[in-house]
Amino acid sequence: MGSLSFLYFGTVIVLTAILVVALRKPVSSVIALLVMFFHIAGLFVTLHAEFLAAVQLIVYAGAILVLYLFVVMLLNVKEDDSYQQQFRLGIGLGLVALAEVVYIVSAAGLPEEPVREPAAAASAAAAGNTETVGRALYTTYLFPFEVASLILLVAMIGAILMAKKGIMGPETPKAVQAVESK
Amino acid sequence: MTPLSSYMILSAIVFVTGVVGVLIRRNIIMILLSIELMLNATNINFVAFSYYLDNVAGQVFVFFALTVAAAEVAVGLAIIIALYRGKATIAAEELNLMKW
Repeated sequence: MGSLSFLYFGTVIVLTAILVVALRKPVSSVIALLVMFFHIAGLFVTLHAEFLAAVQLIVYAGAILVLYLFVVMLLNVKEDDSYQQQFRLGIGLGLVALAEVVYIVSAAGLPEEPVREPAAAASAAAAGNTETVGRALYTTYLFPFEVASLILLVAMIGAILMAKKGIMGPETPKAVQAVESK
Repeated sequence: MTPLSSYMILSAIVFVTGVVGVLIRRNIIMILLSIELMLNATNINFVAFSYYLDNVAGQVFVFFALTVAAAEVAVGLAIIIALYRGKATIAAEELNLMKW
């Protein structure tokens, strides 16, 4: 049962990842990425990370992908008629890197079964995933948690500053000038 | 039971797909999407290790990676919009202002 669900989620994740990179229309790529995010959330559920599965759906599928779709439609992107000219080299390098990682993983001697002490497993199951993650976030990782909120604030201000008209650069942008001169 | 190494190989495949996407696509939005692929590959790895080594720190790290990904997308897309307003293109090879 466990390996069957892994096989399903893994196959769909790999196929959609390749589709994201290979499809020519940006909108189709974004939709393929959406399917991939849903299946990654499913994989998280099989790994007993239910809280992260929910966050994955809310943040990635709900917020980030909508932002991508919004920009793709706003900019009215044409579909790519070709890849970069070095795409053979890129794919070759990717295959070499993949072979290397597969070799390292097969030689590393990783655990086949989850390593856990019976008492700790029982207490973790009793507490629930969200509570366990929340406890770790607000005790051991309190400082990184606050830094993360600072990162979000900086990103928010930066995004507004860069995307707003007239704060940086000339009032009449080149794109508008090019259209007007035609 | 699935061994840990199969999760690592799955995540390696997704990561390498992302790297290839960054190398071969012409469109900056597609390059950002490929970076999302890479971030998700690391997330799969973190969660798999968290489950197999029975340590919640992996899941906390995924949480932080998610925060950084959200910030990256917001700033990246703002840069793309500013670029498009200035140069009327988002093809990677035409943005060579800083190339010497």
